[in-house]
Amino acid sequence: MGLLDKEFSDGNILVTTTEDLFNWARLSSLWQVGFGLACCAIEMMATSASHYDFDRFGVIPRPSPRQSDVIIVSGTVTLKMALRVKRLYEQMPDPKYVISMGSCSNCGGPYWEHGYHVLKGVDRVIPVDVYVPGCPPRPEALLEGLLKLQEKIRYESITKKKNEVA
Amino acid sequence: MKSLEEIVEILKNNLPDVVLEAHSEIKFEPFILIPSDKIDKVCLFLRDNPELYFDSLVNLSAVDDFNGQKIKDEQGNEIMTGGTMSVYYHLESIKFRHKLLLKVTTERDDPIVNSVVTVWNSANWHEREAFDLFGIKFNNHPDLRRILMPYDWEFGHPLRKDYQNPEFYQGMKVPY
Repeated sequence: MGLLDKEFSDGNILVTTTEDLFNWARLSSLWQVGFGLACCAIEMMATSASHYDFDRFGVIPRPSPRQSDVIIVSGTVTLKMALRVKRLYEQMPDPKYVISMGSCSNCGGPYWEHGYHVLKGVDRVIPVDVYVPGCPPRPEALLEGLLKLQEKIRYESITKKKNEVA
Repeated sequence: MKSLEEIVEILKNNLPDVVLEAHSEIKFEPFILIPSDKIDKVCLFLRDNPELYFDSLVNLSAVDDFNGQKIKDEQGNEIMTGGTMSVYYHLESIKFRHKLLLKVTTERDDPIVNSVVTVWNSANWHEREAFDLFGIKFNNHPDLRRILMPYDWEFGHPLRKDYQNPEFYQGMKVPY
């Protein structure tokens, strides 16, 4: 957008649609659930730290699912943890988004065959918006995943149903 | 520093009623085989004897020896009857810097071993893990319940060689 970066010498009027305004507002302050599962969480924390600076996209960890917009499932989802992940997701208010980070939460990763304790993909319990591949994904990959999610939110509609939007 | 032979000698002199078998076929890991109902007594002696002073239980783990009779069940899955399960105890004396490996063998169909939690408190979670993954029951354990798998897991003990993973758990599909 960049509108806020520019300075105006006198008063101006901006014309936009409520839909665009709302989408722009929502995609610019995606608060994530302060929550990590395994080694991907270390990479997620590195993304939040000053070098990669998740905050410049408006992402800050929120220590309550009730005030969060996005949950980044960062790591191996065990069967025991899957029930907790599902509960966290259900506690989030709509509209809510899910980023599945890393091979484990995408499809079970290295535990796909002999992992008797691993859920083979977090999409078996909660709906995933963006899958980020990698083991673990580098911070750049997670940032790319976030940008993809922002693109998705930018073209959402508050009047039409999700699947009607191209 | 005491060698295995010296430790066995001390044990035999002080605990005459315990049948010990020292094995040193494996070059770097000699061990002492101990009856499963005497392990707590032996461990207490090893800890308290001033010459041995094994004050640290480094590790406690179980092994499914899988040496019984292989049979097919109704679904055609291979399961096992008979045979043995083993529990290994890695001890170390921080004071004297000597180490010892103990082995206990028990029946695979009904594995029961005496607990050593009263000797080393660190054995508590190790024994819970061995119970969770192998189904070994530890006599006199203060809190023997699952530690890693979910508390309501009713499909057996996953590291047993004839374990079958369930199709569903709590409505979630388990296989890939």
